[in-house]
Amino acid sequence: MDLPTLWFVLIAVLWGGYFLLEGFDFGVGVLLPFLPRDEDERSEMFDSIGPVWDGNEVWLVVAGGATFAAFPAWYATMFSGFYEALLLVLVCLIVRVLSFEWRKKSDDPRWRARWTWANTIGSIGAAFVWGVALSNLVQGVPLNSSGDYAGNFWDLFSPYTVFAGIMTVLLFAWHGATYLSLRTRGDLLDRAAGAARKLAPPTAVGVIVLLAWTVAVAVDNNAREVLGPAVPAALGGLALILALVLGRRHRGGWAFVMTALATVLLVATIFTSLYPRVMVSSPEFMNSLTVAGASSSHYSLKVMTIVAVILIPVILIYQSWTYYVFRERVGGRRPAASPVEALSPKPDEAPGE
Amino acid sequence: METLAVTTVDLARTQFGMTSIYHFIFVPLTLGLGPLVAVMQTMWYRTGNPEWYRLTRFFGTLFLINFAIGVATGLVQEFQFGMNWSAYSKFVGDVFGAPLAIEGLAAFFLESVFLGLWIFGWGRLSPKLHLATLWVAVIGTWLSAYFILVANSWMQRPVGSEVTGGRAQLTDVWDLLGNRFALHAFEHTILAGLTTGSLLVFGVACWHMLRGRNADLFRKAAALALIVAVPVTAVNLVVGSRFGIVTTDYQPMKIAAAEALWDTEQPASFSLFQIGGFSRSDQTPSVDLEVPKLLSVLATGSLDGKVEGLNQLQSQAEQKYGAGTNYQPNIWVSYWSMRTMAYLGTLMFLVAALGAWFYRRGTLENKRWFLRLGVLNIAFPFIAISAGWFLTEMGRQPWIVYGLLKTTAANSANVGSGTLALSIGVFALLYIALGVLDFMLMRRYARLDPPEATEGDGEEPTSLPAMGY
Ligand code: HDD
Ligand code: HEM
Ligand code: HEM
Repeated sequence: MDLPTLWFVLIAVLWGGYFLLEGFDFGVGVLLPFLPRDEDERSEMFDSIGPVWDGNEVWLVVAGGATFAAFPAWYATMFSGFYEALLLVLVCLIVRVLSFEWRKKSDDPRWRARWTWANTIGSIGAAFVWGVALSNLVQGVPLNSSGDYAGNFWDLFSPYTVFAGIMTVLLFAWHGATYLSLRTRGDLLDRAAGAARKLAPPTAVGVIVLLAWTVAVAVDNNAREVLGPAVPAALGGLALILALVLGRRHRGGWAFVMTALATVLLVATIFTSLYPRVMVSSPEFMNSLTVAGASSSHYSLKVMTIVAVILIPVILIYQSWTYYVFRERVGGRRPAASPVEALSPKPDEAPGE
Repeated sequence: METLAVTTVDLARTQFGMTSIYHFIFVPLTLGLGPLVAVMQTMWYRTGNPEWYRLTRFFGTLFLINFAIGVATGLVQEFQFGMNWSAYSKFVGDVFGAPLAIEGLAAFFLESVFLGLWIFGWGRLSPKLHLATLWVAVIGTWLSAYFILVANSWMQRPVGSEVTGGRAQLTDVWDLLGNRFALHAFEHTILAGLTTGSLLVFGVACWHMLRGRNADLFRKAAALALIVAVPVTAVNLVVGSRFGIVTTDYQPMKIAAAEALWDTEQPASFSLFQIGGFSRSDQTPSVDLEVPKLLSVLATGSLDGKVEGLNQLQSQAEQKYGAGTNYQPNIWVSYWSMRTMAYLGTLMFLVAALGAWFYRRGTLENKRWFLRLGVLNIAFPFIAISAGWFLTEMGRQPWIVYGLLKTTAANSANVGSGTLALSIGVFALLYIALGVLDFMLMRRYARLDPPEATEGDGEEPTSLPAMGY
């Protein structure tokens, strides 16, 4: 595989990781108005993603940085072209980020309620726009001969892309409900599992339609052979059906694996649909940006490949480790009584030695 | 058409400058407060003294309130190169993108993952491991500063690259990472961050001492803050001066502007204060206070070094890059941002040194005027830092990448003034609202009594104040 293609794959992997991980964070945010019955349960929902959401979001930051570094023309065209949409994403992400740390800084119910809503709206908004934005890459946007976006904000919305946005929100909600069924207990757990079961049929059907539609759009607008994108799309469909079935049989762990696979395969379908282009131009197909045409120089890609090969395994290890540390269900008794006691000198052991 | 084009660049600059300055209000506190909290926790770990635990919890909360908004505003930074400066992004991505991507991989993952572990790991991880997570997160923030400054410094002094086919291309990554400009910028910025962090701790301690609350506890905090602040503020004056010398090598125009020096002088005198003399049509100040030879020392390191003037540098630049452009940045901004930084830097050193003196004599708590000054002092690093960035960024004009790409050729051609105005409006409203909330939260938590050591292990102090909004 040549280096530009490798980086195209890597960027797809980064988006996949982002959808998989932040997908359930977003889902928890979407479900905040529906599941919890009281403030304690709301806090439990926040706590279920509290230690991990920031690490999850960095997948997006790195996807952005990697696109800038490996495909400057893609980064430049997409980010300037989708300006207003990204502005919307940024506002959503900003209020959402702050809700995690600031919400718990006061007991005032109105303060808490506002930050809870900020999280929900931020999650829905960001998930929706990401769905719209990524599907637009495949559907094609008007690019001029110098490769700049020639449309406006409203050109980003077509039946296909709006459908993609909505289904992204629903898929994340389902994914989040499944996640919560693994991380909560008691009544909240029952309600989360119930929500997952209710969301499953419409979402599975809708996302399967979206996958098929994406392949069709790729064939029409991107002159793509069917087979490439059809494989991940078919696997994605399979994962969705399995997630549905497993959820009904109360196999929460495996259902989660399947919703996770479904999010990743949705991204995989979009990126295989896109290849060998990074942004399709429509109506002037000739102006599309290609992997080869938009990429950085060989040397630059080589340097970054070395860095990525060294760092990504390390990141995966420590990020997985946090999930291991916080594997316990939230909402139970707090662990050790007081950290001070944990450290107070035991008879046979002086502190700090 | 010409005027219209200028307008969109100006709007893009306003938007970018505004959001960057805003991001950098929170960044230095993260850079400086993080290690201080880590030291507090280390002290607790080593001595078992619950006072250090209480301080860790107390300042840790302030650190986290601030960190959250640092992350939130950082996201904007990551995206807006492409949004506002697409021509620039295409031109530089090959070189500039690399440190940005590495920053994400090497630094952001570290800080975010390990801070999550720290926040929620109380009582769940062993005390030693829990302490280690904070130190790793701190290392992450410092790494992030290094890589982003490598990126920024390449725009100041493009090295390790060449322009081929209308685009800059990376040729040597070690030159990029070892850019002398970047190393100086890193040194100066980290010291500025430590200044900010330590003076915040000191100021908060002063506030509590003024009220005589938890005096023993905050005397400890003040001592730690001063141990950091005195050397750091002193060294940063030297480091800042050396940074000036380095800058004179690569961007003599910036230093000439920062000194409002119109004509080459040897030896050059340093202007302490002047009125007028900041524009081409008015080159002679009406009031000017000068110290002979000092500028030679500051800019070249020798008593009778030659410092080139704006007029001479303008004609050199015209020969090199072509006539018809004003190669001089805004003189007034450059001059005053340099002075703001240097004067406040000196003032902060004096406050820290005086504080240490009073502390040693045991009279700190009785000097109420000084304690008030200590509280006020919290604001100074933020002002100095913003001034530093104004000098760095505006002093580079008209270049966006020094000598290679002009700012006027760098913005997104397809982003019109309406869109830019919208985004300026949105960010201004959002950032003002968040700034007010952040300030109120910080103030509220800075005024609380530190949590008792026996309080539960929840990840926050159990008694939360109610906020009435
Ligand atoms: C000298 C230091 C420095 C400078 C010049 C900048 N930043 Fe920054 N940034 C940090 C130092 C930092 C930090 C200390 O690492 C932060 C601040 C507070 C925080 O939470 O992490 C951070 C956070 C932060 C985040 C959020 C990371 C996360 O999710 O954890 C992003 C995406 C950026 N920054 C990106 C940028 C970009 C693209 C910049 C260039 C315009 C920039 N920052 C300037
Ligand atoms: C790596 C980090 C940074 C990069 C790559 C960067 C790059 C840029 C760019 C592309 C512009 C617009 C063009 C221009 O006016 O020169 C700019 C302007 C500006 N930046 Fe930075 N910047 C960085 C960090 C910062 C930070 C942290 C601050 C402040 C805290 C800052 C303050 C400003 C200001 C005030 C302007 C406006 C200058 C003007 O309008 O003339 N920058 N910078
Ligand atoms: C005598 C005191 C000081 C001198 C002579 C000095 C000198 C400088 C110079 C020359 C620059 C511009 C570098 C360039 O773009 O070429 C700069 C930037 C800066 N200064 Fe200072 N400085 C001083 C004190 C301070 C203090 C006290 C602070 C903050 C606490 C500070 C914070 C900054 C920051 C944040 C920047 C931008 C960093 C960068 O360019 O990477 N400075 N300083």
